[in-house]
Amino acid sequence: MIQLSGISHRIGGAPILNDITAELPRGKLTALIGPNGAGKSTLLRLIGRLEPLQQGSIHIDEMDLTRTPSVDLARRLAVLGQQTQIASRLRLSDLVAFGRWPHHQGRATARDRKITAEALETFGLGDLSHRFLDEVSGGQAQRAYLAMTFAQDTDWLLLDEPLNNLDMSHARGLMSRLSGLVGSAGKSVVVVVHEVNYAAAWADHIVALKDGRIAATGTPDEVLNAGTLSALYDTEIEVARHQGRPLVLHH
Amino acid sequence: MADTALHLTAMPAGRRKTRMLLALSVLLAAASALWLFQGLGEGNRAFILQLRAVKLGALLVVAAAVAVSTMLFQTVAANRVLTPSIMGFDSLYVLLQTAMVAGLGVAGFAAIPQLTKFLAELVLMCGLAVLLFGTLLGRGTRDIGRTILTGVILGIMFRSAAGLLARLIDPNEYAVVQAASTVSFTRADPVLLPIGAGLTAAAIGVALWLAPRLDVLALGRDTAVSLGLRHGRMVVVTLALVALLVSVATALVGPLSVFGSPAFFGLVIAGLAHALARSHRHDVLLPAAVLIAANILVIGQMVFERLLGQQAALSVVIEFAGGLFFLYLLLKGRIR
Amino acid sequence: MKHPLGVTVAALVPLTLASLMTGAASIDVFAAPSDPWAMLVLMESRLPRTLAVLLTGAALGVAGMLLQALVRNRFVGPDTVGTGESAALGLLAITLLAPAAPIWLKILTAAAAAMAGTALFVAVIRRLPPREVMLVPITGIVLAGVIGSIVTYIAWQTDLIQLITTWLMTGEFSGVIAGRYEVLWIAGAAAGLAWFAADRFAILGLGEEVATGLGLGTKGIMRLGLAVVSLVTAMVVTTVGMIPFIGLVVPNIISRIMGDNLRQSLPMVAAAGAALLMACDLIGRLVRYPFEIPVGTIMGFVGAGIFLILLYRKPAHG
Repeated sequence: MIQLSGISHRIGGAPILNDITAELPRGKLTALIGPNGAGKSTLLRLIGRLEPLQQGSIHIDEMDLTRTPSVDLARRLAVLGQQTQIASRLRLSDLVAFGRWPHHQGRATARDRKITAEALETFGLGDLSHRFLDEVSGGQAQRAYLAMTFAQDTDWLLLDEPLNNLDMSHARGLMSRLSGLVGSAGKSVVVVVHEVNYAAAWADHIVALKDGRIAATGTPDEVLNAGTLSALYDTEIEVARHQGRPLVLHH
Repeated sequence: MADTALHLTAMPAGRRKTRMLLALSVLLAAASALWLFQGLGEGNRAFILQLRAVKLGALLVVAAAVAVSTMLFQTVAANRVLTPSIMGFDSLYVLLQTAMVAGLGVAGFAAIPQLTKFLAELVLMCGLAVLLFGTLLGRGTRDIGRTILTGVILGIMFRSAAGLLARLIDPNEYAVVQAASTVSFTRADPVLLPIGAGLTAAAIGVALWLAPRLDVLALGRDTAVSLGLRHGRMVVVTLALVALLVSVATALVGPLSVFGSPAFFGLVIAGLAHALARSHRHDVLLPAAVLIAANILVIGQMVFERLLGQQAALSVVIEFAGGLFFLYLLLKGRIR
Repeated sequence: MKHPLGVTVAALVPLTLASLMTGAASIDVFAAPSDPWAMLVLMESRLPRTLAVLLTGAALGVAGMLLQALVRNRFVGPDTVGTGESAALGLLAITLLAPAAPIWLKILTAAAAAMAGTALFVAVIRRLPPREVMLVPITGIVLAGVIGSIVTYIAWQTDLIQLITTWLMTGEFSGVIAGRYEVLWIAGAAAGLAWFAADRFAILGLGEEVATGLGLGTKGIMRLGLAVVSLVTAMVVTTVGMIPFIGLVVPNIISRIMGDNLRQSLPMVAAAGAALLMACDLIGRLVRYPFEIPVGTIMGFVGAGIFLILLYRKPAHG
């Protein structure tokens, strides 16, 4: 379980998060949703120690985030920010192999190589593994970064808008794979998603943020209803049902 | 709302600009007078006066040439941080000069009359600059960073090539080129000075005549073309003016670079001109830039030469201050 | 090329031999064991010079690769970000303040100043908009100019201009004899040491977020990288002067061929840097024999050409 208590955060004087206290359950696929600028990414980045914590505390299982060495965290928690920076010139296989680095610190074993190869296969990158990162498409690069995060093989997986750059089939494939990791391997996943219907279709737990505060939490059925969503996005939204799960509709 | 506000302040702003130009002119006149007559002893008055006048003339011509060439260059590139010096213009001049020594030999080089050499250099320099920088800037600069970097690298390349050529001729002749490629305001030739001044004045006249079209050129290629400007031709004409001005300044006093890195004098001038004139109109910007540059050079040179007794330090101080100014602009996000 | 490292090392051997055989004194290098005069020339002049060129080329190449990984930009080198100028400033300061200081203290001061200057560069570019790739090298060049102007001014005031001219102007190896190049071994050792942390540098090259996600302490590795770059540059600048472009061009070429998996590519960068500098030094010694053209001048011309090609061959991504 990830325990967030009293988290507030400012960037350049502007309040981004305001006294957030919440629990993200273990063994579930949790989706962070909310309008632009709600603070979803900032919250995820704080949990993944990509931003220094300004106020409040975060516990990941028994570990206090600010007191645990970074490398120990890296074996328990993998985090993938949005890849906006210019690509380094690594082969995809090298990039994914670096996902094992927290475990072997430079001395890769046969097991590390096996996990790397599996992660490449899982994301359909087997044929591209010798290509350079700056020579593949944005979606392929995104999949390579995801494969690296998977290869890290941690209990917790935090992904910031992982569906960016992915086409419909790869996006669906990723969500189903995340759901599978939770179901079969007992992992816990937290994703920031932009399109609410991916949360509706795959998430077990939803945290909705607005203006740096928690607007609603609960199961998809509890959160994804016309009233909550319309207030959340300030837009008239209807919710239908499709294959037993909510389906968010708007024009 | 904003439009009306702009309109309402237009009249006082116009008067303010006239006042600013007037104030700068008065300051320059005072500085020049001080330059000529300060501490003038009893003996040899005429001689010292003439010496000082020549040097003052060189300072003024160089100031005007650097100021206008920088403004024009920034207009062509539609960018506030480029200067001809950053883009390797004066390195090109050094290379040209070295190549001439290499081609003609020292004796041959020295045998050519001063004036012929000067004019030949001007023509060659204009041709080369238009060819080189026309290709670099002509199609509009989408990737401005790469264009700047190219200019800087070209500058290093020209200088290295000049060094290489110079070493290939003998050390003896190397000394000739070396002397020709360091800056000095005392080197100004009294014969070439009037010609240089005339050419500079003519170039500035043309630039002022073109001012309305330069205003449009500064908006960038796409906008300029859609407003009906013949962009390609305008670029060539403007670059030719820049090359002419840089060549005149460099021929008179040597390249304005110290220790292989670009001098930022022009950059400071252009930045100050924009800050003081607060206008995009070249008929205000160009005179303002010329006056600011002249004031800085005359007063600066006077302070360093007569007060502090350090002839050469001015260029280093300019480089230091100019560099800091550039970094400031960079961090303020004014450079894109 | 299937084995780029093999090819490069194979090219290094004849270059090294040629370097040993080239010089103003006409001696038969292969007769050295039996000819004491030849032996003297070889041990006192030819060998030190050849080693100096090899060490400098290799170390500058590695330093350039590390710097490019640290700042995540392909268009910078140790000679374009003010590292050398800062080293000169440090050395100038200690020469003025404590002329009698032992040599190791002077070296240390130069290296520390170089590190401070490079750290300043890194601090400045962190405040630039991340997408503006080309502003990074421009910032470096301007910063180098500003620091250089301080050095020049101080040197003028203290009549040390002759001294700093040898540091800041084009580098050359003609003054290298036994006893006057040995600190370059420090540069070589520092570059060699970097190989052991190659994985960490490669991960840092992926960006601070990825590095943090993988549990890497970015500050420590950043400092280590800066220390290596500064040490290498300070040693080179104070012994043979600025050598332009090696640290800029070589990493670019090798990255094109082999990518940025530094554990594999660093040895190649070192070999290629040594080979390129050796070739340029030989050109400088032979083209106007028996006079010499400084290798910095040759490098400035050759390197600028290669750099421009790289700049225009590789479009969008940096």
